[in-house]
This record gives sequence, structure tokens and C-alpha cells, in this order.
Amino acid sequence: MQKTALTKSRRQIFYEGVHDGIPIALGYFVVSFTLGIAAKNAGLSPLEGFLASLFNNASAGEFAGFSVIEADAPYLEIILITLVANARYLLMSCALSQRMAKSTSAWHRIFVGFDVTDELFGIAIARKGLLNPFYSYGSYSVALPGWAFGTLFGVIAGNVLPEMLVSALSVALYGMFLWIIIPPAKRDTVIRGLVAVSFAASFLLTHASFAADISFGTRTIILTLLIAGAGAILFPIKEKEEEHAA
Amino acid sequence: MQHDIYIYLLLMSAVTLSIRILPLLLIRGEIRNTFLRSFLYYVPYVTLAVMTFPSMVEATKSPISGTAALLLGLTLAWRGASLFTVAATCCIIVFVTELFL
Repeated sequence: MQKTALTKSRRQIFYEGVHDGIPIALGYFVVSFTLGIAAKNAGLSPLEGFLASLFNNASAGEFAGFSVIEADAPYLEIILITLVANARYLLMSCALSQRMAKSTSAWHRIFVGFDVTDELFGIAIARKGLLNPFYSYGSYSVALPGWAFGTLFGVIAGNVLPEMLVSALSVALYGMFLWIIIPPAKRDTVIRGLVAVSFAASFLLTHASFAADISFGTRTIILTLLIAGAGAILFPIKEKEEEHAA
Repeated sequence: MQHDIYIYLLLMSAVTLSIRILPLLLIRGEIRNTFLRSFLYYVPYVTLAVMTFPSMVEATKSPISGTAALLLGLTLAWRGASLFTVAATCCIIVFVTELFL
């Protein structure tokens, strides 16, 4: 397989990306549908929800952003919360940069960077050797529409679905968050500890009377900086662990 | 609503795309700073954990169904279930629990 990879055409590589992207697109459609419900609750129109998802494709980041919009908070808050909620993509793009041919053009770098998500980064980095941009384009070509149209339909259908169904679907996104954080927490005791501390601190700050005025976005930023910062000081990682996590 | 949704979306998208694209455009070497590497490594887990709890429990009609979804989601994710299984099971348990509440 690997040997022939060198002689494959761009079109073949693109279709490999499409093939691997289809199950991701289906999962995205379901999860982004519930994101659309959150967008609707925050006051976004179907088009606004569609555009948010087309240019962000980030469950946690968009969800956090919608909560800022719903609160009508200062513009600075959406910048900070997006920065914090999506910081992991910075790490992933850094990892991808190490797998790109030096000669890769700026345009390819921009378009590959456009849709770096947990899943799409995962399938790209799982391939051997240097990254072929056309593989990423293939996977993006199905996953991104799945995400954006899922959100669009979520905003539209959130209005017509019965309350019980909306209540049930509203936990799908949190299910996705659990799916991202729990397996690494199982492998790595430091991450497990940080997740437990985050749960406890978030609960306390949500219900403590002295913190009643702190918004969801600000709370997320403060706790992330404090807990991840403390983690980085107390438990600096070694190279091996990082590769493992990717 | 004092703020424009399109300005929110523009800022949000600009930040997200910068985060994704700039490292690919700018970084040719490797990041060496241990604190920065460690911090970036821990950030996603802490952010997602903070956003999940207690919000997940409070997102549903009843905190009982939300708690059931949290516990089931935790268990399934721990056992390595797929994204679809974890997300769908959380939804189903909320729906079923609320039938009896």
C-alpha cells in the first residue's frame, strides 16, 4: 500500500480522503444538528448557524461562542473564549506542520489548515509519511458540508421538534466532549486528575454565591488558564506522551 | 441585543482560522518551550471538562436525566465506545428517563 502511495494520482488520494471522511461526516451531521439547537437558543438564524459552522467546524468553540452571543457579552469575550476553546487546534496544526513537505505552497497550507478538527486531524496524522493535501481535501469535502448543513437543519428543526426530543438531543454535544476527554484520561493519570479538578472547580464556581456574576465564557477561560497552567508547571510533559495523545 | 451577530461570527471565525492556519504557515521548526507545549497539551481536556460539568446535567428538562446521561456517557467513553455510540446513547437515556419522570 505504502509503496504505491507514491505513484497514486491526486484524484485517487482525494477519493481516499472522501472514503475516510464519510463516517466522520455522518457523525458530524448528528452532533452539529444539536449544535444548531444551541445556535437557535442563542438567537442565530439558520444562515448564521450555517456560516458559523462552515468557518469554524469546532463543536466546543462554536458552542462556547454561541453562549457568548446569547449573553450579549462584549466582543472581547468571544475572541478569548474561541481562543481558549480552540487552542487544541493550534497544537494539532503545529503537529501537522511537522508532517508537511517543506516545498508545500502557502495556499495548500492555508486550505489544509482551514478544517483541522480532532477527527480530520486524526485520520490525516494516522497516514504514514508526508501529508498529501489532497487527502485532507477529500475528507473535508464531505465532513465540512455534513457539519454546516447539520447545524443549518438544527436551527430550523429545533423550532418544530417536541420539547422532550430537544431535551434529549441537547446532551449529544456533551457526549462528544466526553468522548474526546475520557479515553486520554483513562490512559494518563495527570489528565484524569485535571479533568476531575476541572469538574469540581466548574461546579463550585457555577454555584458559589461570590461567583454568581461570572459568565459561562469567562468562567471557562479563567478555569482553563488556572488549571492547565498549574498542570503545565507541576507536570511538564515529555515528548513521548505528546505523540501518544495525538 | 446590543451586539451584531455577524461581528461576533466574524471575530470567532477569524480567531479559529488563525489558530488553524498560522502554525502551518509559520512553523517550519519545532516548538521547544516545555511550559508552552505542556500548557497547549492540557488545555483541551480542561476546557472541555469545564464546559461539560455541570452544564450537561443542567441542559436537560430534569437534572436526573442529565445525570444519567453523564454517568452513562462517562462509562461508555471509558470503555472506548465510538463517538456516535456515546452521543446517541446519552440522548436515548435522557429521552427514556424523562418518559418516567
